[in-house]
Amino acid sequence: MNLLDPQGPVAAGNSTILVDSVFIMLVIVVPTIFAILAFAFWFRASNPRARYQPEFVYSGRVEMVVWSIPALTVILLGGVAWIGSHQLDPAAPVPGTGSPVRIQAVSLDWKWLFIYPDQRIAAVNTLTVPAGAELNFQLTSSSVMNTFFIPQLGSMIYTMNGMVTKLNLRADNEGKLQGLSAHFSGDGFPDMMFDVNVISPLAFPDWVANTAKTDAVLNEDSYKKLMQQGIEKGRPVYRLEDPRLFDLIATQHIPPGPGPALASEAGRSHSGGHDAR
Amino acid sequence: MLGKLNWSAIPLDQPIPLVAGAVVLVAILGVLGWVVVKGHLPYLWREWITSVDHKRIGVMYILLASVMLLRGGSDAIMMRIQQAVAYQSQGYLPPEHYNQIFSAHGTIMIFFVAMPFVIGLMNLIVPLQLGVRDVAFPTLNSVGFWLTATGALLVNISLVVGEFARTGWLAFPPLSELSYSPGVGVDYYAWSLQISGVGTLVAGINLVTTVLKLRTKGMNYLRMPMFCWTTLASNLLIVAAFPILTATLAMLLLDRYLGFHFFTNEAGGNVMMFMNLIWAWGHPEVYILVLPAFGIFSEVVSTFSGKALFGYRSMVLATMAICVVSFMVWLHHFFTMGAGPNVNAIFGIASMIIAIPTGVKIYNWLFTMYGGRIRFATPMLWSVGFMVTFIIGGLTGVLLAVPPADFILHNSMFLVAHFHNVIIGGVLFGVFAGFEYWFPKAFGFRLDERWGKAAFWFTFIGFFITFMPLYIVGLLGMTRRMQHYDVAAWRPWMIVAAVGVAVLTIGVICQIVQLVVSIRNREALRDRTGDPWDGRSLEWATSSPPPVFNFAFNPDVRGEDAYWDMKARAKQQSLAHETPDYQDIEMPRNSPTGFVCAFFATIMGFALIWHIWWMVILGGLGAWATFVVFAWRDHDEYVIPAEEVARIDRSNIQERRNLVSMAGAV
Repeated sequence: MNLLDPQGPVAAGNSTILVDSVFIMLVIVVPTIFAILAFAFWFRASNPRARYQPEFVYSGRVEMVVWSIPALTVILLGGVAWIGSHQLDPAAPVPGTGSPVRIQAVSLDWKWLFIYPDQRIAAVNTLTVPAGAELNFQLTSSSVMNTFFIPQLGSMIYTMNGMVTKLNLRADNEGKLQGLSAHFSGDGFPDMMFDVNVISPLAFPDWVANTAKTDAVLNEDSYKKLMQQGIEKGRPVYRLEDPRLFDLIATQHIPPGPGPALASEAGRSHSGGHDAR
Repeated sequence: MLGKLNWSAIPLDQPIPLVAGAVVLVAILGVLGWVVVKGHLPYLWREWITSVDHKRIGVMYILLASVMLLRGGSDAIMMRIQQAVAYQSQGYLPPEHYNQIFSAHGTIMIFFVAMPFVIGLMNLIVPLQLGVRDVAFPTLNSVGFWLTATGALLVNISLVVGEFARTGWLAFPPLSELSYSPGVGVDYYAWSLQISGVGTLVAGINLVTTVLKLRTKGMNYLRMPMFCWTTLASNLLIVAAFPILTATLAMLLLDRYLGFHFFTNEAGGNVMMFMNLIWAWGHPEVYILVLPAFGIFSEVVSTFSGKALFGYRSMVLATMAICVVSFMVWLHHFFTMGAGPNVNAIFGIASMIIAIPTGVKIYNWLFTMYGGRIRFATPMLWSVGFMVTFIIGGLTGVLLAVPPADFILHNSMFLVAHFHNVIIGGVLFGVFAGFEYWFPKAFGFRLDERWGKAAFWFTFIGFFITFMPLYIVGLLGMTRRMQHYDVAAWRPWMIVAAVGVAVLTIGVICQIVQLVVSIRNREALRDRTGDPWDGRSLEWATSSPPPVFNFAFNPDVRGEDAYWDMKARAKQQSLAHETPDYQDIEMPRNSPTGFVCAFFATIMGFALIWHIWWMVILGGLGAWATFVVFAWRDHDEYVIPAEEVARIDRSNIQERRNLVSMAGAV
């Protein structure tokens, strides 16, 4: 999950900007820290060779330099921020080979549902994508806020109930990655980590075909069961009955997921996460 | 009769909070018992609880902050141990408990440690630095303190009666809404902050008015010590920002209590609005905390370098620039909401702009040291330690302001490391520097230097051992608030961080020992002149501790570094020996208003949390009646006769003359 080992162009862009910005700042930060320690040491009261200059309390030249150094750094970094924000906008397209894959992600309490509307399949806690293709994500939440994040593919984005956020990514190399929720969402939050299988574009249609053979069907009823609070240890897959399911969730035609049931009247709420363990 | 409250509210199945609660209860009862048996209760009531003296109130604020620091620190230790052991296991804290701990840790450290500590130091010192006898609204000041204490008390009650919020310290909806957090935890959170928020607002109004309206002769704005400037900026921010917090929490409470839909999923509620509002308060809040710390460092660096502050006007400008710009950057807390590239870039650049005046401050402290004669007393160690630490925190902060970098660092342990880097390295080091620096002023004796230095080194090194690993696990993709995890690469760093917290704990223990040792050796450490550090501003012109009226005469200020000038002139003129003409002094009378009001506020807050409506009415009426009684008071001042003023002042004058003549002889 190393951010500095990107596996796609978005993550590469993010981490390049991260590293470049750090180096730009280190250019002034390191000498400044050095100067602080050097001045503090040299001008110690016990050093007879240091000249005491109590009248040195203003210098126009020094002032100009000390305002300029951070200002120039910020101008440079501001440029990086402006260009980077536009190039790496989560909604900006990330061209890839082959046809883009549409994925609709829903954060549930406390698992991830990935819907492939064009392939008419869905999976929980596993995201399988072809290497090299553009991945168009639409994201929403069944209940509370979460953040969809695959560290090695880059750019995270919030999922919110009643709203759809957009994110485009691309995975360049086959292999297994991990994703997680990066916004605290309740007791089962740490169990919202999910597998990301990046497979070859040739194997992807086979995977789709195999998955579509499953008996489990995802429709409004089974979705409502799925959105109950709880942790999913398995990796269930579904045939998608209605490709508009995501829209029904995002537009709240399917009402938001229920919270925990109060165990007692005394204000200490019962923990769904506790149960699931 | 008792609303939702019944015996199942006591977490009998959870030993940790029960034992902790029992220990605290025994400690409180023990102290109370000792106070009553020794007959100190009337003294406490007369001299402290009902006191409207800004110095006493300042000391009580700092005491509250110190006690809560131990509570928040215990939470931190528990969290670090949990994350060190919870690899591929559940650790020792179940999620419902762990989630309360990190929520309480954040809430306590910001609202009940950092805030009261800086407000306490401002209360204690600012009127002295301005050369005046009191703050603008002494009784209101007392009300502000006691309401803050009420908030702290409610948070601690949640430990054993019910639960605390399990939502994080900002209680983001919809998780904090009734449907997902049906317990009383969020109510404890919200009502504590509502009540203490009123206290903070009141303190802010008081200090702004004090700085703007009460300054001694000749103390014009550009002669004020830097700490007064940062106090002004910080309190302007309090006055502007805290109402936003109050309104936001009020909306959340309306959702929870009366079925409104400000932030719910249903009926057009909007969680993004909460995010915007809470950070419109939350970002200024961090400058509310750090600006006074900047002021403290300015005083300390200048005093211990034996030089006036370098580039004073530049510092004033930088302070006010931070004050203004800090209101225009809140969106950088949620770049990952998908607002679009223009919005993100503009807020990212605005956030970076704050780094300019902040950087200028660092350089000005640097050049204050240049050509100085630096004495490395404990406050100066904290200051140099701050400069080094804070630059690193500033670097990571600016990094997080670059939206594409934030897209992978947001909410990560890297972020956690960053804000601890600036809050510990900035605010905490600052208040510790201020504590060591002004302690002799408040109590009349210095703190033990050896233990003070030990505390600094353990805290400084412990900080790096704890938080550098968090930066690294952040880069390894670890997000915050994980009760357990399965990623092997994170484990070693979490163990290192736990070791670091042990070192930090030793630092805290050193400070406690320092306090005990210093109290024992107080005669040897006695500060008889009122000026133990060869200070430069007016708080050192009066005795330590200062008399209730602060100054027998309003000091006449003729330039920056007022007291330094006075000393220089006194040395030149070998001190005039004429007998001063003492006058009667009027001072505000003590008032139990604050304490009584907070007592009723506590009842009301507790009753609101548990839906005990008759008790809500009782508490509300009581607090209101207290105000009415106070408003109808006939006389609120008493006179200290001139002879009494003369008696108190003479002994101090004599000590000072001895000092000056000794300095002249050398």
